[in-house]
Amino acid sequence: MVTVERVWEALAEIPDPEIPVISLVDLGVVRDVDVDGNRVHIGFTPTFLGCPALEVMRDQMAERIRELGAEPDVEVLTEDGWTSDRITPEGHRKLRDSGFAPPSGRSPVTLLQIQTTTNPCPYCGSSDTRLDNLFGPTPCRSIRYCNACRQPFEQFKTL
Amino acid sequence: MNAQALLSLADDELILGWHNSEWTGIAPFLEEDVAFSSIAQTEIGHARAWYELAAKELGTDADSLAFDREPDEYACSPLVELRMAEDWARTIARHWLYETADSIRIQVLINSVDGEIRGLAEKIDREETYHRMHAEMWAERLRDEQAFRDAVDELWPYALGVLREDQRPLLCDAVGRNEVEAIERGEHTEDLRPLWEEMTMVRRSVPGASW
Repeated sequence: MVTVERVWEALAEIPDPEIPVISLVDLGVVRDVDVDGNRVHIGFTPTFLGCPALEVMRDQMAERIRELGAEPDVEVLTEDGWTSDRITPEGHRKLRDSGFAPPSGRSPVTLLQIQTTTNPCPYCGSSDTRLDNLFGPTPCRSIRYCNACRQPFEQFKTL
Repeated sequence: MNAQALLSLADDELILGWHNSEWTGIAPFLEEDVAFSSIAQTEIGHARAWYELAAKELGTDADSLAFDREPDEYACSPLVELRMAEDWARTIARHWLYETADSIRIQVLINSVDGEIRGLAEKIDREETYHRMHAEMWAERLRDEQAFRDAVDELWPYALGVLREDQRPLLCDAVGRNEVEAIERGEHTEDLRPLWEEMTMVRRSVPGASW
């Protein structure tokens, strides 16, 4: 018999397809889990609507539920959607440890905040960093540059 | 919100997203190559979300709405149809006018009584914040350039046509211009067909295939 706890544990083992150092649970895209007999319902809130990793995430969750011997029902929720505030403290730590700056401040955000907020470099910890590009290699990242260690780095967008 | 209104939104985002992607590889700076590619990706993601809602009402799917209609059946505004790569001043003028108009339209949807529309509009608005910041930075930078000013003059009647009549005064306030006769949705420009042919080419090559 599958339990809610077992499902959460299983989901916490699925890496983000684009930033595999954090799991889908760290990323905060799993809103809720319900178990009804052999059926497992997962409420899923996508990060960015144009993110090509969404289908991969959905399929991986369904696959893990099937491996537990249950029938998955992954529902994409649009109400009360994902914001970067949902990334867990553990997710922030894992991002930082692998050279990604976690989102700074809280959603919603303005250009002034982005330009003036202190965004520490994930490599050397210096606050002497600047915005290089609002956009990066995926919809969820900006590019910043650290003036202290002269290293460009990826900043998870505050959304 | 009826399916036709959803299609206007979705078609605007899809067609503009497609044109934005035309800058991939040829933008004037590497940063803008990345920026326009990323903006294109999110616009098309928003199009998909609106198509999915419309598809539920119409009993079809998002891909069919995006790619299986004839050019005349698209409900996009003429502003998004115009092909502007490789004219940077016109591209930025459209980007700025469109994002400004789009934010007015999204604010209306955020107040919708329909929870699904409201939730989606809130999410899209948060993502669009980055598009607006980018557009405003560029509009500020090009503000005194003659090519940019001429492009804004040229595109202003088109920009008004993105919005419903009752929303247009808000756009006039936001960009500090007077209302003029708008270039309305309905008539398509001659730039739509070549874009449609390119955009639907693969899909039309093997009808009914799943990719």
